[in-house]
Amino acid sequence: MSKDVVVPVSPPPRGGKVRERARPRNPLTWVRGGGLSSLLFALPLLVIFGVFSWLPIVKALIMSFQETTFVGAATWVGWDNFQNVLNDPLLPIAIRNTAWFALLALIFGYPIPLLAAVLMSEVRKRKGLFSALAYLPVVVPPVVAVMLWKFFYNPTKFGVFNTILGWVGIDPVPWLQDPHLVMPSLVLQATWAAAGGTVIIYLAALTGVPPELYDAAEVDGATVWTKIWHVTLPHLRGVLFITFILQIIGTAQVFLEPYLFTGGGPNNATVTILLLVYKYAFGNSLGAQYGEATALSLLLAIFLAVMSIVYFRMTKRWSS
Amino acid sequence: MTNTDTTTNTSGTPNMAQVPDPGRRGAPPSRPPARRRRATPEPDDRSAISTADWRRHGVRRTWRTMHVVMLIILVVWCLGPLLLLAKFAITPTQDILRTPLKIFPNGIAWDNLDKAWNDVHISKYFLNTVYVAAGSWFMQILVATTGGYVLSVLRPRWAKYINGAVLATLFVPAVVLLVPLYLIVLNPPVVGHSMLNTFWAVWLPAGASAFNVVLVSRFFDNLPREVFEAARVDGAGPFRLFRYIVLPMSKPILGVVSVFAVIASWKDFLWPLLVLQNPDLQPLSVRLPSLENTTDKGVLMAALAISTVLPIVLFLVFQRVFLRGAGLGGAVKG
Repeated sequence: MSKDVVVPVSPPPRGGKVRERARPRNPLTWVRGGGLSSLLFALPLLVIFGVFSWLPIVKALIMSFQETTFVGAATWVGWDNFQNVLNDPLLPIAIRNTAWFALLALIFGYPIPLLAAVLMSEVRKRKGLFSALAYLPVVVPPVVAVMLWKFFYNPTKFGVFNTILGWVGIDPVPWLQDPHLVMPSLVLQATWAAAGGTVIIYLAALTGVPPELYDAAEVDGATVWTKIWHVTLPHLRGVLFITFILQIIGTAQVFLEPYLFTGGGPNNATVTILLLVYKYAFGNSLGAQYGEATALSLLLAIFLAVMSIVYFRMTKRWSS
Repeated sequence: MTNTDTTTNTSGTPNMAQVPDPGRRGAPPSRPPARRRRATPEPDDRSAISTADWRRHGVRRTWRTMHVVMLIILVVWCLGPLLLLAKFAITPTQDILRTPLKIFPNGIAWDNLDKAWNDVHISKYFLNTVYVAAGSWFMQILVATTGGYVLSVLRPRWAKYINGAVLATLFVPAVVLLVPLYLIVLNPPVVGHSMLNTFWAVWLPAGASAFNVVLVSRFFDNLPREVFEAARVDGAGPFRLFRYIVLPMSKPILGVVSVFAVIASWKDFLWPLLVLQNPDLQPLSVRLPSLENTTDKGVLMAALAISTVLPIVLFLVFQRVFLRGAGLGGAVKG
């Protein structure tokens, strides 16, 4: 004991790091150096992330090569799960639908928040009112939003949207029943629910534009529009690149809208990849296909990872 | 434009600006004529339109018009559906079905709310949602603060590996975790019996949010080290440092994490749907769709409205925290 007390005296009492390294390492000095309390503080993170984040990731890798059932041990089946998934006639449909959803979501939801944010950043009075209104749909529980919109999309002439169309003399539209119209209808609701978040991200990025740039542009005689085009928008480029890929990663995993609006119908027009994963694992009356479900989700994750890497390689040159 | 117009306009600017610059505002009135153009200085958080631009008739008219149009669109598009929902909640079912857009329905059906709350047992599901949200909030705060403290303040040798492992999970899409996580909840290690149909199945996985850990430890990184050193010199151990120095200093970020934790768990659907199959435990999000076809439309709309009230009230009360946090989210992702 007394030996340990002497030890810290010998090295010069400077920063903690240096002293720790100079000490001989044994359990007692480890405790005294704060090792035990560090471990205690790390315990919630280690346990929670260990069991509910790191373990499932490892388990996903293993399970995709296994057949898992409730009773008995899992058996190794090699690439069978992947083969089953790739041979599923629903997979091409799900891929096409998911891509269509992602594309529509970009068309509806990518340029408009940018326009809104640039306009809103110029508001002189009650700016908070604008951003609060824009963000309001984001806090509405998605289940409530979808159920409400499902009612709006009522195909009879009494539906909310069809009533509005009736005012201008347009016949009732079967929003969710027409296989061509159903996806745009879903995306419209999804955009309503999500656009506000993107607007706020852009608004935050807009406050980071260095004022000197605007001052300099004014000295050069720039008009408002040239300032927006040559100063504001270029400054948003980095954030725009990020939100683009984040939106694609998000929409590639769309589940709630097709699940609650249509359950995949009509005629499989809204079966998405995640709906397929759900169907394999939880929606199968013949028994859960956990192996197929994890195999498909891994394939999706790998695709998204590869796409993100390629995307960042490509855009690295343009985003300063 | 007249002079009076300009003065009201510029006096409004510092109100709107988040960080008014007292130094520039308090400029003495006797300035050389060369500085006349700068008589109304730009706020530090200026945007593309300068005060001088704003004073020009054409610019102001164009932008004012665009702002008014935008406000109308925002009210109709963002607020409109929610106002309709609020109206439906107290509208007789026949009116909802026949004339959904009529401003004044035939009478007000207050009993929609009463029926939803009592007969359809929304009260129970509401309480379940509160339990789920409270537990998820607690787990997220516990993991994020203690974890952030280790990674950012205590910094043992192995912290960098933990940090890497936490960051790595940010790149794994949630879909990969879904099925294995479900099987872990069915048959968790050590515990020995299934967590299915217990709130723990929602609470514990909610804690594993890498995003929170990153937010909190980045915030801790920016706290002044001198304060920690001073506390250590005064004899505070790691527990006291955490409890009496770090936590009180990090109220802003804990506010952000808290409101997002509560809202996220209020919005969550798929995970509670999987692990809380017992209707007595289900939160609103999970329960509402199964009521859709069996409940009277007016009562259903009242139930939807009740489910939306708390998140909206939270948002209106903590608006600043929300909007700053949403921007922060972009910054961390960026």
